[in-house]
Amino acid sequence: MSDSVDDVEGDDESNTGWQVGAGFRRTHFGRIVGHFTDEERELLENLVRQMVEFVSPAPLDADADPLARLVGIDADAEIPEDPALLRLLPDAYPDDPEASAEFRRFTERGLRESKLANAQVLLGSLEHSGSKITLSAPQAAGWLGALTDLRLTLGHRLGIVGDDDHEAWYGEEDVDDEINALRFVYDWLTWMQESLVHALMPS
Amino acid sequence: MTSTAVEEIVESSSDVLPENPWITIVWNDPVNLMSYVTYVFITYFGYDREKAEKLMYDVHLEGRAVVSSGTREEMERDVGAMHSYGLWATLQKDD
Repeated sequence: MSDSVDDVEGDDESNTGWQVGAGFRRTHFGRIVGHFTDEERELLENLVRQMVEFVSPAPLDADADPLARLVGIDADAEIPEDPALLRLLPDAYPDDPEASAEFRRFTERGLRESKLANAQVLLGSLEHSGSKITLSAPQAAGWLGALTDLRLTLGHRLGIVGDDDHEAWYGEEDVDDEINALRFVYDWLTWMQESLVHALMPS
Repeated sequence: MTSTAVEEIVESSSDVLPENPWITIVWNDPVNLMSYVTYVFITYFGYDREKAEKLMYDVHLEGRAVVSSGTREEMERDVGAMHSYGLWATLQKDD
Protein backbone atom coordinates (compact mmCIF):
# COMPACT_ATOMS: atom_id res chain seq x y z
CA MET A 1 0.00 0.00 0.00
CA SER A 2 0.98 3.62 -0.31
CA ASP A 3 1.31 5.83 2.75
CA SER A 4 3.09 8.82 1.32
CA VAL A 5 1.37 12.14 0.79
CA ASP A 6 3.54 14.00 -1.62
CA ASP A 7 3.51 17.75 -1.49
CA VAL A 8 2.96 18.32 -5.16
CA GLU A 9 2.54 22.05 -4.71
CA GLY A 10 6.24 22.58 -4.26
CA ASP A 11 7.49 21.36 -7.60
CA ASP A 12 4.64 21.96 -10.00
CA GLU A 13 6.38 24.55 -12.14
CA SER A 14 9.44 22.42 -12.73
CA ASN A 15 7.40 19.47 -13.94
CA THR A 16 4.45 20.64 -15.92
CA GLY A 17 4.17 24.39 -15.70
CA TRP A 18 0.64 24.25 -14.34
CA GLN A 19 -0.73 25.40 -11.05
CA VAL A 20 -2.08 23.06 -8.42
CA GLY A 21 -5.12 24.01 -6.32
CA ALA A 22 -5.84 23.30 -2.69
CA GLY A 23 -7.33 19.78 -2.74
CA PHE A 24 -10.27 18.90 -0.51
CA ARG A 25 -11.05 19.85 3.04
CA ARG A 26 -13.97 19.69 5.46
CA THR A 27 -15.50 23.06 6.30
CA HIS A 28 -16.64 24.09 9.78
CA PHE A 29 -20.15 23.16 8.67
CA GLY A 30 -19.05 19.64 7.77
CA ARG A 31 -19.18 20.10 4.02
CA ILE A 32 -16.55 18.63 1.72
CA VAL A 33 -15.11 21.39 -0.43
CA GLY A 34 -12.33 21.30 -2.99
CA HIS A 35 -10.60 24.08 -4.87
CA PHE A 36 -9.25 23.42 -8.34
CA THR A 37 -7.44 25.43 -10.95
CA ASP A 38 -8.67 25.42 -14.55
CA GLU A 39 -5.69 23.26 -15.54
CA GLU A 40 -6.55 20.71 -12.88
CA ARG A 41 -10.18 20.54 -13.91
CA GLU A 42 -9.27 20.10 -17.55
CA LEU A 43 -6.68 17.42 -16.83
CA LEU A 44 -8.99 15.53 -14.48
CA GLU A 45 -11.82 15.63 -17.00
CA ASN A 46 -9.53 14.29 -19.73
CA LEU A 47 -8.26 11.49 -17.54
CA VAL A 48 -11.73 10.45 -16.43
CA ARG A 49 -13.06 10.49 -20.01
CA GLN A 50 -10.24 8.15 -20.97
CA MET A 51 -11.17 5.96 -18.02
CA VAL A 52 -14.78 5.84 -19.22
CA GLU A 53 -13.59 4.48 -22.57
CA PHE A 54 -11.22 2.08 -20.84
CA VAL A 55 -13.81 0.41 -18.59
CA SER A 56 -16.94 0.61 -20.76
CA PRO A 57 -18.29 -2.86 -21.53
CA ALA A 58 -18.76 -3.94 -25.12
CA PRO A 59 -22.39 -3.56 -26.27
CA LEU A 60 -24.38 -6.69 -25.52
CA ASP A 61 -25.17 -8.93 -28.46
CA ALA A 62 -28.63 -8.08 -29.82
CA ASP A 63 -29.45 -11.79 -29.69
CA ALA A 64 -28.56 -12.07 -26.02
CA ASP A 65 -31.15 -13.59 -23.73
CA PRO A 66 -33.42 -10.67 -22.66
CA LEU A 67 -33.48 -11.83 -19.05
CA ALA A 68 -29.69 -12.12 -18.99
CA ARG A 69 -29.49 -8.60 -20.42
CA LEU A 70 -31.84 -7.33 -17.76
CA VAL A 71 -29.77 -8.66 -14.84
CA GLY A 72 -26.44 -7.81 -16.46
CA ILE A 73 -25.20 -11.31 -17.22
CA ASP A 74 -22.58 -11.24 -19.95
CA ALA A 75 -21.96 -14.67 -21.46
CA ASP A 76 -19.00 -13.26 -23.42
CA ALA A 77 -17.10 -11.69 -20.52
CA GLU A 78 -13.51 -12.92 -20.62
CA ILE A 79 -10.35 -12.21 -18.65
CA PRO A 80 -9.01 -8.85 -19.89
CA GLU A 81 -5.77 -9.12 -21.85
CA ASP A 82 -4.57 -5.71 -20.68
CA PRO A 83 -3.01 -6.24 -17.22
CA ALA A 84 -4.09 -2.77 -16.11
CA LEU A 85 -7.70 -3.63 -16.94
CA LEU A 86 -7.32 -7.00 -15.21
CA ARG A 87 -6.27 -5.10 -12.08
CA LEU A 88 -9.56 -3.15 -12.25
CA LEU A 89 -11.58 -6.31 -13.01
CA PRO A 90 -9.70 -9.04 -11.12
CA ASP A 91 -10.40 -12.75 -10.88
CA ALA A 92 -12.43 -13.59 -7.78
CA TYR A 93 -11.18 -17.14 -7.17
CA PRO A 94 -7.38 -17.34 -6.93
CA ASP A 95 -7.06 -21.07 -7.65
CA ASP A 96 -10.20 -21.78 -9.62
CA PRO A 97 -10.26 -20.39 -13.19
CA GLU A 98 -13.67 -21.94 -13.89
CA ALA A 99 -15.32 -20.35 -10.87
CA SER A 100 -13.58 -17.06 -11.71
CA ALA A 101 -14.91 -17.18 -15.28
CA GLU A 102 -18.42 -17.91 -14.01
CA PHE A 103 -18.21 -15.06 -11.49
CA ARG A 104 -16.99 -12.77 -14.25
CA ARG A 105 -19.92 -13.64 -16.54
CA PHE A 106 -22.35 -12.80 -13.77
CA THR A 107 -20.71 -9.69 -12.33
CA GLU A 108 -18.17 -8.05 -14.63
CA ARG A 109 -20.70 -5.94 -16.50
CA GLY A 110 -22.09 -4.63 -13.22
CA LEU A 111 -18.58 -3.91 -11.95
CA ARG A 112 -17.75 -1.96 -15.09
CA GLU A 113 -21.01 -0.06 -14.70
CA SER A 114 -20.21 0.82 -11.07
CA LYS A 115 -16.89 2.26 -12.25
CA LEU A 116 -18.66 4.20 -15.01
CA ALA A 117 -21.13 5.54 -12.46
CA ASN A 118 -18.25 6.79 -10.28
CA ALA A 119 -16.67 8.43 -13.31
CA GLN A 120 -19.97 10.11 -14.20
CA VAL A 121 -20.32 11.46 -10.66
CA LEU A 122 -16.89 13.04 -10.95
CA LEU A 123 -17.55 14.44 -14.44
CA GLY A 124 -20.95 15.74 -13.31
CA SER A 125 -19.51 17.68 -10.40
CA LEU A 126 -16.78 19.14 -12.62
CA GLU A 127 -19.39 20.19 -15.12
CA HIS A 128 -21.71 21.81 -12.60
CA SER A 129 -19.22 23.82 -10.60
CA GLY A 130 -16.40 26.25 -11.04
CA SER A 131 -13.08 26.29 -9.26
CA LYS A 132 -14.86 25.47 -5.98
CA ILE A 133 -16.42 22.02 -5.83
CA THR A 134 -18.73 20.99 -2.98
CA LEU A 135 -19.41 17.27 -2.61
CA SER A 136 -22.14 15.37 -0.79
CA ALA A 137 -21.07 12.13 0.92
CA PRO A 138 -22.31 9.93 -1.97
CA GLN A 139 -20.57 12.19 -4.48
CA ALA A 140 -17.35 12.00 -2.47
CA ALA A 141 -17.59 8.20 -2.54
CA GLY A 142 -17.92 8.32 -6.33
CA TRP A 143 -14.88 10.59 -6.56
CA LEU A 144 -12.82 8.25 -4.38
CA GLY A 145 -13.73 5.27 -6.55
CA ALA A 146 -12.89 7.11 -9.78
CA LEU A 147 -9.61 8.46 -8.39
CA THR A 148 -8.70 4.93 -7.30
CA ASP A 149 -9.31 3.53 -10.78
CA LEU A 150 -7.26 6.32 -12.33
CA ARG A 151 -4.36 5.75 -9.92
CA LEU A 152 -4.47 1.96 -10.38
CA THR A 153 -4.35 2.33 -14.15
CA LEU A 154 -1.72 5.05 -14.27
CA GLY A 155 0.31 3.32 -11.56
CA HIS A 156 0.32 0.14 -13.61
CA ARG A 157 1.39 2.00 -16.75
CA LEU A 158 4.21 3.60 -14.74
CA GLY A 159 5.42 0.23 -13.50
CA ILE A 160 4.35 0.45 -9.85
CA VAL A 161 4.00 -3.24 -9.08
CA GLY A 162 5.86 -3.51 -5.76
CA ASP A 163 5.64 -1.43 -2.58
CA ASP A 164 9.06 0.18 -3.19
CA ASP A 165 8.61 1.08 -6.86
CA HIS A 166 7.09 4.48 -6.24
CA GLU A 167 9.70 5.47 -3.68
CA ALA A 168 12.42 4.53 -6.18
CA TRP A 169 11.30 7.33 -8.51
CA TYR A 170 12.88 9.93 -6.30
CA GLY A 171 16.38 8.53 -6.68
CA GLU A 172 16.29 8.39 -10.47
CA GLU A 173 18.11 10.82 -12.71
CA ASP A 174 17.68 11.70 -16.39
CA VAL A 175 14.05 10.63 -16.49
CA ASP A 176 12.21 11.10 -19.78
CA ASP A 177 10.08 14.27 -19.75
CA GLU A 178 6.88 12.46 -20.63
CA ILE A 179 7.39 9.87 -17.89
CA ASN A 180 8.18 12.66 -15.48
CA ALA A 181 4.94 14.45 -16.37
CA LEU A 182 2.91 11.24 -15.90
CA ARG A 183 4.62 10.62 -12.57
CA PHE A 184 3.66 14.10 -11.52
CA VAL A 185 0.05 13.44 -12.51
CA TYR A 186 0.10 10.22 -10.47
CA ASP A 187 1.43 12.03 -7.40
CA TRP A 188 -1.12 14.79 -7.89
CA LEU A 189 -3.98 12.24 -8.01
CA THR A 190 -2.57 10.57 -4.88
CA TRP A 191 -2.42 13.87 -3.05
CA MET A 192 -5.96 14.78 -4.14
CA GLN A 193 -7.36 11.41 -3.05
CA GLU A 194 -5.56 11.60 0.28
CA SER A 195 -7.01 15.07 0.90
CA LEU A 196 -10.50 13.75 0.12
CA VAL A 197 -10.17 10.72 2.42
CA HIS A 198 -8.98 12.97 5.24
CA ALA A 199 -11.81 15.41 4.63
CA LEU A 200 -14.31 12.53 4.93
CA MET A 201 -12.57 10.77 7.80
CA PRO A 202 -10.48 13.15 9.90
CA SER A 203 -7.63 11.38 11.71
CA MET B 1 -2.29 -7.50 20.34
CA THR B 2 -4.95 -5.90 22.52
CA SER B 3 -7.40 -7.92 24.59
CA THR B 4 -10.24 -6.72 22.37
CA ALA B 5 -8.60 -8.20 19.31
CA VAL B 6 -8.02 -11.52 21.09
CA GLU B 7 -11.67 -11.68 22.12
CA GLU B 8 -12.76 -11.00 18.58
CA ILE B 9 -10.66 -13.81 17.20
CA VAL B 10 -11.85 -16.29 19.82
CA GLU B 11 -15.43 -15.28 19.19
CA SER B 12 -15.17 -15.51 15.43
CA SER B 13 -13.30 -18.79 15.40
CA SER B 14 -15.73 -20.56 17.72
CA ASP B 15 -19.03 -18.99 16.71
CA VAL B 16 -18.84 -17.84 13.15
CA LEU B 17 -16.28 -19.67 11.09
CA PRO B 18 -17.44 -23.30 11.42
CA GLU B 19 -20.84 -22.43 9.96
CA ASN B 20 -19.42 -19.95 7.47
CA PRO B 21 -16.68 -21.75 5.62
CA TRP B 22 -15.98 -19.05 3.02
CA ILE B 23 -13.68 -16.08 3.49
CA THR B 24 -12.91 -12.87 1.65
CA ILE B 25 -9.23 -11.96 1.41
CA VAL B 26 -7.94 -8.49 0.54
CA TRP B 27 -4.43 -8.48 -0.95
CA ASN B 28 -1.80 -5.81 -0.67
CA ASP B 29 -1.19 -3.60 -3.67
CA PRO B 30 1.34 -0.77 -4.07
CA VAL B 31 -1.14 1.87 -5.21
CA ASN B 32 -4.07 2.02 -2.82
CA LEU B 33 -3.63 4.45 0.04
CA MET B 34 -3.57 3.14 3.59
CA SER B 35 -6.10 5.81 4.55
CA TYR B 36 -8.42 4.83 1.68
CA VAL B 37 -8.27 1.11 2.52
CA THR B 38 -9.19 1.97 6.13
CA TYR B 39 -12.04 4.14 4.81
CA VAL B 40 -13.33 1.23 2.69
CA PHE B 41 -13.28 -1.22 5.62
CA ILE B 42 -15.18 1.26 7.80
CA THR B 43 -17.63 2.28 5.08
CA TYR B 44 -18.46 -1.08 3.54
CA PHE B 45 -18.12 -3.52 6.45
CA GLY B 46 -19.12 -1.06 9.17
CA TYR B 47 -16.01 -1.94 11.21
CA ASP B 48 -14.89 0.53 13.84
CA ARG B 49 -11.75 2.48 13.14
CA GLU B 50 -9.53 0.30 15.33
CA LYS B 51 -10.55 -2.90 13.59
CA ALA B 52 -10.40 -1.30 10.13
CA GLU B 53 -6.88 0.00 10.76
CA LYS B 54 -5.71 -3.34 12.13
CA LEU B 55 -6.98 -5.13 9.03
CA MET B 56 -5.40 -2.47 6.82
CA TYR B 57 -2.02 -2.97 8.52
CA ASP B 58 -2.40 -6.75 8.19
CA VAL B 59 -2.90 -6.32 4.45
CA HIS B 60 0.00 -3.87 4.22
CA LEU B 61 2.50 -5.81 6.33
CA GLU B 62 1.47 -9.44 5.80
CA GLY B 63 0.43 -9.03 2.18
CA ARG B 64 -3.16 -10.12 2.80
CA ALA B 65 -5.90 -10.26 5.41
CA VAL B 66 -9.17 -12.07 5.88
CA VAL B 67 -11.70 -9.25 6.02
CA SER B 68 -14.96 -11.19 6.25
CA SER B 69 -16.41 -14.68 6.45
CA GLY B 70 -19.79 -16.13 5.60
CA THR B 71 -21.61 -18.07 2.94
CA ARG B 72 -20.19 -18.31 -0.55
CA GLU B 73 -22.88 -15.94 -1.84
CA GLU B 74 -22.09 -13.39 0.87
CA MET B 75 -18.38 -13.57 0.10
CA GLU B 76 -19.02 -13.14 -3.62
CA ARG B 77 -20.94 -10.00 -2.73
CA ASP B 78 -18.09 -8.72 -0.55
CA VAL B 79 -15.48 -9.48 -3.21
CA GLY B 80 -17.56 -7.69 -5.85
CA ALA B 81 -17.88 -4.69 -3.55
CA MET B 82 -14.12 -4.63 -2.88
CA HIS B 83 -13.50 -4.69 -6.64
CA SER B 84 -15.84 -1.76 -7.15
CA TYR B 85 -13.84 0.16 -4.51
CA GLY B 86 -10.67 -0.78 -6.42
CA LEU B 87 -9.28 -3.15 -3.79
CA TRP B 88 -7.82 -6.46 -4.89
CA ALA B 89 -9.93 -9.18 -3.24
CA THR B 90 -10.60 -12.88 -3.68
CA LEU B 91 -12.75 -15.48 -1.96
CA GLN B 92 -12.03 -19.07 -1.04
CA LYS B 93 -13.13 -21.87 1.20
CA ASP B 94 -11.64 -21.57 4.66
CA ASP B 95 -9.86 -24.93 4.84
